Amino acid sequence: MATTSIALDESPRIRTLLTLADDALILGHRLSEWTGHAPTLEEELALANIALDLIGQARALYQATGIDEDALAYLRDPHQFRNALAVELPNGDFAFTIVRLFLVSAASDAFWRGAVGADDPDIAAIAGKAEKETAYHVRHAADWLVRLGDGTAESHRRAQSALDALWPYTGELTASADRPAWLHAVGPVLQRATLTPPADGWMQSGGRQGRHTEHLGHLLAEMQVLPRTYPGATW
Amino acid sequence: MNTPLWEVFVRARNGLAHKHVGSVHAADATMALQAARDVYTRRGEALSLWVVPSHAIVASDPADRESLFEPTGSKIYRHPTFYEVPDEVGHM
Repeated sequence: MATTSIALDESPRIRTLLTLADDALILGHRLSEWTGHAPTLEEELALANIALDLIGQARALYQATGIDEDALAYLRDPHQFRNALAVELPNGDFAFTIVRLFLVSAASDAFWRGAVGADDPDIAAIAGKAEKETAYHVRHAADWLVRLGDGTAESHRRAQSALDALWPYTGELTASADRPAWLHAVGPVLQRATLTPPADGWMQSGGRQGRHTEHLGHLLAEMQVLPRTYPGATW
Repeated sequence: MNTPLWEVFVRARNGLAHKHVGSVHAADATMALQAARDVYTRRGEALSLWVVPSHAIVASDPADRESLFEPTGSKIYRHPTFYEVPDEVGHM
């Protein structure tokens, strides 16, 4: 790597912005990995559209920090990222991707709706746009989830297995929010999908403090290789 | 794959009619509408969307083209070209 990472002095405001932005960027990147691999052309475009919404949200949030957005995306190391562990996990199968999108979007949807009236004018402005985008992400993921869960024995098994695997990662998504409200939002959809939410138990954490799974390093290596190898490259 | 086919119609502005833009595959009506949104409205093309099961479309037979459509060719008096349409009318 030809370019060294940036050092950050994180004020509470910058930390909040990075937490939101990193969630959006990393999930957006994961969804973009489906391009060329999605089960149908229609779903490929749907996932790419959602990825672009999320990367757009990330850009707006990075810009609100006053720090160069490209430096924030491309010149930070894994321990400087504040995203929840749930969004950096590999895509797995289509069921895992949809279950993750649903669980994460349900949390972001509640956050952005509440943030429309935020004191920080930047966050309030971004929320005005993001809440409409995220409402669609929830709807799209929920509609798929019902069809996977209440579909064939195979799709049900895969959806339930994804839900079981992801549940311990949802503590981080609701750590600074109202978990009962989130459970109330996801519960009816899981029920329609004939899926059983695991009981809340021990939860994974560490992403907000920069302690990540090994998957984030691999993701960043791919995402950052070009700007780090060819600093200032344009195309 | 036997996923049903749906025809997609987009209305771009108030006052215009829905226009056929293409088709999508989707398992049911709800997902067809989402697929249509994701495939055909990515650049701000739409205010309204319709999806219709492709099998519900009844099409004319290409073999009937001459008998159905050629007779109108000689009836230019049906074209409203003999008077001016005021600008205020807008779309007709």
